[in-house]
Amino acid sequence: MTKKLTGDNIFKVLAAVMAASAAVILIINAYILITGSTLILQQEGINFLIGKNWNPVIGRESFGVLPFVMGTLVTSSIALLIGVPLSLGIAIFLVEMAPKAVKVPISYLVELLAAVPSVIFGLWGLFILRFWVQNYVETPLNTYLGWFPLFSGTPLGLDFFTAGIILAIMIIPTVASVSREVLTAVPDSIREGAYSIGATKWEVIRHWVLSYGRSGIFGAVILGLGRAVGETMAVTMVIGNAPNAMPTSLFSPGQTLPSLIANGFLEAPTPLEKSAYIGAGLVLLLISLIINIVAHVMVTRVLKVKGGAVE
Amino acid sequence: MFHSYGFRKFKNKLFFVLCLLCVVIAVVPLLSILYEVIARGAPQINLEFLTANGLQGGIGPAIQGTLILIGLTSIMGIPLGVLSGIYLAEYGNNKYASWMRTINDILTEFPSIVVGITAYSIIVVGLIGTFSPIAGAIALSFMLVPIVARTTEESIKLVPNSVREASMALGAHRWRTIFSVVLPSAKNGMITGTLLAVARVAGETAPILLTIMGNSYFFQGMNQPMDALPLRIFLNSRQPSAELQAEAWGAALILILMVLVLNIGVRLASRGRLRR
Repeated sequence: MTKKLTGDNIFKVLAAVMAASAAVILIINAYILITGSTLILQQEGINFLIGKNWNPVIGRESFGVLPFVMGTLVTSSIALLIGVPLSLGIAIFLVEMAPKAVKVPISYLVELLAAVPSVIFGLWGLFILRFWVQNYVETPLNTYLGWFPLFSGTPLGLDFFTAGIILAIMIIPTVASVSREVLTAVPDSIREGAYSIGATKWEVIRHWVLSYGRSGIFGAVILGLGRAVGETMAVTMVIGNAPNAMPTSLFSPGQTLPSLIANGFLEAPTPLEKSAYIGAGLVLLLISLIINIVAHVMVTRVLKVKGGAVE
Repeated sequence: MFHSYGFRKFKNKLFFVLCLLCVVIAVVPLLSILYEVIARGAPQINLEFLTANGLQGGIGPAIQGTLILIGLTSIMGIPLGVLSGIYLAEYGNNKYASWMRTINDILTEFPSIVVGITAYSIIVVGLIGTFSPIAGAIALSFMLVPIVARTTEESIKLVPNSVREASMALGAHRWRTIFSVVLPSAKNGMITGTLLAVARVAGETAPILLTIMGNSYFFQGMNQPMDALPLRIFLNSRQPSAELQAEAWGAALILILMVLVLNIGVRLASRGRLRR
């Protein structure tokens, strides 16, 4: 069967080829990272993933990314613990409570927060937030609860905790806007039914709206996690960049996977060390892919975004 | 007692206040960032700061570099993104398209540093062999394409089907319908979305850190390192000298002005058009 070479078909095929660009970008990235990290994976094997020591000194090289995976987990967890309740509050306020006149300016402000480049978050974190955190949060916690391992050490403000707080602020726009969409998608009949049996607004939201949108909100949280895991600049600027530090206290400097790469990649002198950084990138890519796929599945299930094209 | 009407009403009020508090807490950092950037950045701004090269204490090369990056990235990324979005919206009712849509969605939250490694490996080590504006632009367009594809698809989907049917009833081909009827109707949304995407990508630092490296001089060629505003902010913030840190705040003011003016302007413009 031969298709006629009409403008229609040419355009359709061209557009179809272009539609694959996202997939091509993904494949290129995966290919480059896999080929780039074969050297280190051959050298270190499974030790690359579970090794606790990152030592580039020639002759005594050892590359294990576990401290940085842990660092990424710690900062992202702080970000979720602080950022998610705030974002949910904002989303609920915007969907269920705010009068129309307030709704628009507030959603503008939250969107503006998303527009601020991450390097400016970092700059602000390094010169302003750092001192707020050090003086008003870390020092009191350290003074009174310093016996608790998480709060031990010397709080300098450039550590996992500050990095987590910066990330919490940065994920607010993502989590808030997706949860907002999810809440908007909850049918009004659910709310009306609940009101009709005499529930207060808070009860309606808590028992009906939130449980209806549960899976979508979970997706929004995971999406926020994805953003927190991949964020580079702001974290690099406030985390203190201690080489080779397994997180022991929230108030100790450390590294995450992205900050490790941003700090060391260009300076790496040997092919083996360069390969180690690319390997760290591969680990980051895999973590972020898994997180984003889970988030995508959760969110689309609720919003029921089918292939909404016109045919 | 806990189920009394009064207590339930109190819980309701308390919850309202808590949600309002969340909004306030989220807005404080934004206002603080804007305030600090203006207060610390504004004293830096003068003609010399904006035009002199890095050795003379200016950010001219950084501004120029950012504009070059925006231009190159747009040339590479926008056509790909727009065509991809058109396909997903107009022909996208099949398995292939839904896979591509999923991958596209996943790619919009891609870690930016990974893109930097890739562009570094392809261009800086491979094809060109030196740090290069092209490597930076490739890294940034990797990030731009999925965002543009998504906003294009969303804008096109807003065009009502009746408009397409009217055009086809007049005997127009599918592609003719898309170009003469659908795209003009979706134009505003597409332009808004694309500009916002460009603004977002222009502020990215991680991908260009590994690909253009930074330079004190103005543009020196496609096979030389280049400067850019986000990169200048990052590098200067790490310097111990207070003077260089002050320059970082000045550069931050210019960058945030570029990004925010684009953002607010585009939003106001598109809102005004909707009202009319």
